[in-house]
Amino acid sequence: MRLRLPLSIRGPGLFATLPAIMYVAMLYLLAGWSGFFVMGIELLGGRLLAPYFGSSIYVWGAIITVFMLALSLGYLIGGRYSVHSPSLRRLALIVLAAALTVLPVLLAGDALLDALSARLPDPRFGSLLAALSLFFVPTLISGMVSPYAVRLLVAEREHAGERAGRLYFISTFGSAAGTLLTSFYFVLWFELNQILWGMLAVSVFIALLACRVRPRKLS
Amino acid sequence: MSRIALALLMLLFTAATPAAGTLIHSERSQYREVLVYEDAGTRCLCFTHGCAIGRQSCIELSHPDHMVFEYTRLMLGALFVVPDPHEILVIGLGGGTLPRALHELLPAAHIDVVEIDPAVVRVATQYFGFQSSPQMSVSTEDGRAYVRRLLREGTHKYDLIMLDAYEREYIPEHLLTREFLRQVQQLLRPGGVVAANTWSSSRLYPNESVTYHAVFGDFYNLKRGNRIILASSGALPSLDQIRHNSEAFADAFTPFGFAPALLLPLFSTQADWDPAARVLTDQYSPANLLNAGH
Repeated sequence: MRLRLPLSIRGPGLFATLPAIMYVAMLYLLAGWSGFFVMGIELLGGRLLAPYFGSSIYVWGAIITVFMLALSLGYLIGGRYSVHSPSLRRLALIVLAAALTVLPVLLAGDALLDALSARLPDPRFGSLLAALSLFFVPTLISGMVSPYAVRLLVAEREHAGERAGRLYFISTFGSAAGTLLTSFYFVLWFELNQILWGMLAVSVFIALLACRVRPRKLS
Repeated sequence: MSRIALALLMLLFTAATPAAGTLIHSERSQYREVLVYEDAGTRCLCFTHGCAIGRQSCIELSHPDHMVFEYTRLMLGALFVVPDPHEILVIGLGGGTLPRALHELLPAAHIDVVEIDPAVVRVATQYFGFQSSPQMSVSTEDGRAYVRRLLREGTHKYDLIMLDAYEREYIPEHLLTREFLRQVQQLLRPGGVVAANTWSSSRLYPNESVTYHAVFGDFYNLKRGNRIILASSGALPSLDQIRHNSEAFADAFTPFGFAPALLLPLFSTQADWDPAARVLTDQYSPANLLNAGH
């Protein structure tokens, strides 16, 4: 079985270790961007739902519930999925899939919200169902990223906690950045759908970039 | 010049920081703290301790009809545009001053009130003399959700819709977009009027103006500290017509403490804003960020 593992920095010289650094940097970038992406979508989700269900406390409660639930399941599934032949390429595909599952929000979001709010106008269960159908899948897939990346980062048991800690730091820092930039600046400069298309494009770009990184292989 | 500025500043300051008085009731709602203060015979509803960022609504206990806030008087200017509304919708209850006044002026009219916060409804009823009745029904839900629901049901339209849901510190952004105003317009009968209470000094002024203009065309703009927008779903009546309509209320406003003639000079259709400002839409609605001065 061929293993693709990151190298700790003890190879002979910079040139040899560069692929390993690139590899680790790419893992962090994917995790950080994924955190950014989730919170950006969550904030925009509130604004997308407001015209249909209002912006009462129930609507935000429903959105946060769906995101937390999706993330929790995503962690579980991502961890499970990382057991068999994990690779950076597969992680990149997870990020790509999370982005592509936002497409229905862009292409059919308004039609769906219109139909849903007509059938289930209750601000609690209507917005819960709306958030479930629009954001559950992309958020769940995004949740898979962190545990999967931990699997790729950890080579030795003694550094497992350190590596995982650093990854959570970067991914949650990404979430903080996504929250702040989206709510303070992006909504001031762009339309909601422009922001969504932009985030989708960044996801695709980063995923393709990650696919091009070749880790140094161990035999 | 600087003396005038100073005097204005002091006036602003005294108006903005009233002595809050004695706290007689407080409750924590889903959205905020709802507080009732009483001072020298005036009772006020506030959402912040000591009314630090303003009072929502006040009544004089000896003259509960008397309108303490100028903006509520300006809002009654809507009746000069649509003099005999039968069906009225008020979005945002506060202390209930406007619905109470409308009910007194037009006892035959049917008034629907939408208020998002059930605690505000309770407090308005208990402390500010608001009463629901067959003529005055209250729904506790989001204003936009209510408007959409009624449009969907398609059975009820209004002659007058009053929007009193914007707070100085927080504007519900989904209630200030072109799409929402179009829905409000659809919920109006022919010649029906929307009256919105906002601010003259807000940085949002140009965006707000172009957004209303995009939906309703020209509208009457009554500017004091507050800004009242009066827009019609049909042709806007001329100033002569407005003056004529106001005569019907010559004495009717006396219990509220003012005469209709005070409002007439304020009616203006002058577009005193930058027409190139960006229209607010469901896709682009950073009302609070714009208001904060970015």
